[in-house]
Amino acid sequence: MARSINLDKKQQTIYGWLLLLPAGVLLSLFAFYPAVATFWSSLFSRGTRRRAAEFVGTENYTALFNDPTFWVVVKNNLIYAAATVPISIGIALAMALWANSKIPARGFVRTAYFTPTVLPMIAAANLWLFFYTPDLGLLDQIGGLFGFSSVNWLGRPDTALWAVIIVTIWKEAGFFMIFYLAALQTIPEDLREAANIEGASRWTFTRRIVLPLLMPTTLFIMVNAMINSVKLIDHLFILTKGGPNDASKLILYYIWEMAFAFFDAPAAAATTVIVLVVLCTVAAVQFFMLDRRTHYQ
Amino acid sequence: MTDKGFVVLDNVAKRWKGQLGVENITLDIEEGSFVALLGPSGCGKSTTLRLIAGLEAADEGHIIIDGKDVTHAPSADRNLSMVFQSYALFPHLSVAENVVFGMKVRRVSKAERAERLARALKITGLEGLEARKPGELSGGQRQRVALARAIVAGKRLCLMDEPLSNLDAKLRASVRKDIKRLQRDLGITVIYVTHDQTEAMSMADKVVLMKSGHIQQVGSPADLYDRPANTFVAEFIGAPPMALIEAPVIGGAASSDILGLRAEHVRLAEPGAGRLTCTVAESEFLGAETLISLSHPGTTGLCVLQPGLAPVEVGTEVSVTFDDRDIHVFDSEGRRREAV
Repeated sequence: MARSINLDKKQQTIYGWLLLLPAGVLLSLFAFYPAVATFWSSLFSRGTRRRAAEFVGTENYTALFNDPTFWVVVKNNLIYAAATVPISIGIALAMALWANSKIPARGFVRTAYFTPTVLPMIAAANLWLFFYTPDLGLLDQIGGLFGFSSVNWLGRPDTALWAVIIVTIWKEAGFFMIFYLAALQTIPEDLREAANIEGASRWTFTRRIVLPLLMPTTLFIMVNAMINSVKLIDHLFILTKGGPNDASKLILYYIWEMAFAFFDAPAAAATTVIVLVVLCTVAAVQFFMLDRRTHYQ
Repeated sequence: MTDKGFVVLDNVAKRWKGQLGVENITLDIEEGSFVALLGPSGCGKSTTLRLIAGLEAADEGHIIIDGKDVTHAPSADRNLSMVFQSYALFPHLSVAENVVFGMKVRRVSKAERAERLARALKITGLEGLEARKPGELSGGQRQRVALARAIVAGKRLCLMDEPLSNLDAKLRASVRKDIKRLQRDLGITVIYVTHDQTEAMSMADKVVLMKSGHIQQVGSPADLYDRPANTFVAEFIGAPPMALIEAPVIGGAASSDILGLRAEHVRLAEPGAGRLTCTVAESEFLGAETLISLSHPGTTGLCVLQPGLAPVEVGTEVSVTFDDRDIHVFDSEGRRREAV
């Protein structure tokens, strides 16, 4: 008897590992191994034809920290994240609450909000390029009607980053709204009715019941938005190419430039490692800090 | 229509896109009474309750609570509480927070909140569970939290929408008693929706039996059992339900009439000496008695009760008899005829 139970247990364990295997292989191959390899290569100097790459320890990192462009990029990215994450989440939540209420043409409203997400980022960026174009662009045309002078939104250091931020918010809010809509649909209607009978206003119901119940979704979206703020740079290629004068350059674009424009792979690797560490820390903090205050059904 | 009732529904109707919800609902409910809205699913009993609660808007008629016309008033202004079938507890709030939610909304002072909470938890036997989340409670405990939330504010009218249907049978019987006792002790008016006639008959002072959006009969449990207004009521109330017999089968009444007969009034007779000879269709042993179902052309649901374990083999011919005074007479439309 005991032996057969043990055998059963063993089989269960093997079965479990087999189930984990496909994901494990794929993750190792495309995530873990590249991360380790990146870290490893960040410890070597850039090899040239005359001088082979050699181990330099943290030299690449010191060089990076001494590069003023790096700090400009970090600052840009912080502003970018600080603006896009809360604003896109706020707009997503507002749109979801609205699109979830009993309004006419609800399906149309939802589709309309979701459209920016369906568009490829490159296409969306081209669309916005048209909006932002000085004189000819939509913004300047409208501004012209009211007598404002033409603004080169993407060409001025003080507006370029914000122009990019707006495109990102426009693109992401609709996507996050879908998550909120899905979460809102899991909140049973009778909770609203119970709150109504107790005399709770719509606002009280939203604040005391809906928002807490949406917390798991908010957490999930927040982590995603945070990662996206580092990850999404397609539109930079179309809109500003990081310019003018690095005013809209974000960290991933900076890495891409180093790796594929300046062919400085070790510097790119060192920056990538820093980004990875920072992102992992942020995600961990969000999960562990907010998780405790979040109600999961 | 008297205006004396605590809750008065006057010719209320509700339709959805031309489809019938409920119609001609006229009710007069006294203060402090326990009224059960009973009927099969889809009969409109829940709709009626939701109309009273203000969760649905009536298309026609008037709803008056405590002398005030609340037909178009929002739920919050109707001064009532409600227990939902699903309990509708807020999953992220603790038991205590769930119970005081309404008082917090209405800005009742903290001291009074705490006092009322303690009393409500004591009445419902939930002391010690204040900090638990609904997800950590059993079905019966959740049900009691819903009750506590309904009584904590001291509203004089409490609506209950099938509050026991998610409990197992044994618990249901004990909670049934608890609710009845609670209602009597607090002196509140309860309007209680159920599809279970045992609940309605055992708890209610007044039963409202509904079918397809219309009220079939309003009366005390004894009224409904002893004087069913029509064949639907006759067949719905009682276990086993009343047997219906076409009049010509036993003769005596006008030929299109339908006769009703309760199982306890049917007796087995000596072979050939009874008024009707039937075939045994089924024997069910119920513990204290055995229910023997009989088949005979022109009858439905005819059966006889025998004390103890007394099975009769299926297919046996038996003769049954009954007294004329136990016969209920319905006309061809199924309406009760008062004089036999």
